[in-house]
Amino acid sequence: MLLIPCPWCGERDESEFTYGGSAERAMPALDGKAGMRDWHAFVHVRDNPRGQHCEYWHHSHGCERWLIVERDTLTHGIAEVHDAALSSDDRA
Amino acid sequence: MAPVFPPDRRYSIGGLIRHGLRRRPDWPPAWRKASPKTSYDVVIIGGGGHGLATAYYLARNHGIRDVLVIERGWIGGGNTGRNTTIIRSDYLLEASGRLKEFALKMWEGLSGELNYNLMVSQRGWVDLAHSDAELEAFTLRANATRLRGTDARILNREELARRVPVLDISPDARFPIAGALVQERGGTARHDAVAWGFARGADALGVHIAEGRPATGIEVDQGKVTAVIANGERIAAGQVVISVAGHSSEVARMAGIELPLESGALQAFVSEPVKPVIDAVVSYNAGFSYVSQTDKGEVVIGGQPEGYNTYAARGSFIRIEEAARRAIAMFPFLAGMRLMRQWGGIIDVTMDGNAIVGPSPVDGLYLNAGWGYTGFKATPAVGWTLAETLATGKPHDLLRPFSLERFATGALIDDAGAGPYPYAH
Repeated sequence: MLLIPCPWCGERDESEFTYGGSAERAMPALDGKAGMRDWHAFVHVRDNPRGQHCEYWHHSHGCERWLIVERDTLTHGIAEVHDAALSSDDRA
Repeated sequence: MAPVFPPDRRYSIGGLIRHGLRRRPDWPPAWRKASPKTSYDVVIIGGGGHGLATAYYLARNHGIRDVLVIERGWIGGGNTGRNTTIIRSDYLLEASGRLKEFALKMWEGLSGELNYNLMVSQRGWVDLAHSDAELEAFTLRANATRLRGTDARILNREELARRVPVLDISPDARFPIAGALVQERGGTARHDAVAWGFARGADALGVHIAEGRPATGIEVDQGKVTAVIANGERIAAGQVVISVAGHSSEVARMAGIELPLESGALQAFVSEPVKPVIDAVVSYNAGFSYVSQTDKGEVVIGGQPEGYNTYAARGSFIRIEEAARRAIAMFPFLAGMRLMRQWGGIIDVTMDGNAIVGPSPVDGLYLNAGWGYTGFKATPAVGWTLAETLATGKPHDLLRPFSLERFATGALIDDAGAGPYPYAH
């Protein structure tokens, strides 16, 4: 069981959240220039690290905010959590 | 073809009596602990059922015996010994159905082939539907299975009550059961015996098996694989197979290959042993759990993966609770029983939920990855077809759809129809 420290609600059980996968993938620009390979890299390919992983969690049974969580996939230690909609300037 | 085992190494009733009569039975080890040479024709990374079966069929079918299998832990200690031992082939899509049926046919004769009792038990696979709509979808899958010449049938509630008498089919259940897809040729096999049997067979044919040797590097020279580094030792190789389940991304990265994979944890449990009561493998689909009873009498319960990326081979209580709740919904008598053991394994799941088996972008390097929680049943078929792929340099017909390339071209094999979300397959 993960305990995720939501920046708005405090530490909450994993069961309140919905997982959203890797938060480090950059979607190709929608200017028609991206080819099949670029979309393949975005849609399918993953780093899948054994260690630090930057990922989305939706606090679906809480504040309903999307969070970005920095978690170790081996130890489940959570290094950082912030609201996905706030830039680093807003957070400071 | 020459027999795999010389007469003095074959297991037989005569040998059992002979050894039994000795004061100290001196069975030779089933396989030797090899000290690797500095060079091999083929190096297989991963001594699970798949890797060992590939080594066995390389030697047996193609005469390629200069083969090394390196295993990080010990034989039978990985996912081959951690799954819920189910074999079946009732898949909707042609590619997955054909490969698993090829495997199921092999399972039916594999104990004899390997001269090793794999305890293959075709006790029947019963997949429960919880609504008329789900039963319709299962009928589609049963028909697709039958069109491939494989057995599958649909049972209504009354027929199901006769097939699995202890099943709770009461209409006021939280998720009432509408019927089931049944594949009577499906069932179970003794999972660690599969690893041991293939290890013993491969060893008898001259394959080297080295345990406690994690791969720490893969050497690639001008687009071609040249060597594997294990425990700091360089082992030159003509061909290399990566067959490491949950750690596929990590090992493929050593050769500079990125894969469409995510790793997750899957748990299973066994209860205390009781008298025989469940004579089929039964799967619950309002949420996913599957239950069978071992020959010892323990009830084996499998659940769903954790639902997020993890390399920690332990799971959360949420999944244990869910799996137990579903098992009790099927078989209310389980509520009074205790769980004896719980364990987890790391599975790697691709973006369409089906495996990647075949060549990689690096010449001479082959992948066998992304089996998720469907790998055990495919073990002998993967060994057979991947060995042929290595020997001929061309993907076996059954493996062609399972190429890495399909993710770039869009020819996905998405049995679940879940899209590029591994935690949803």
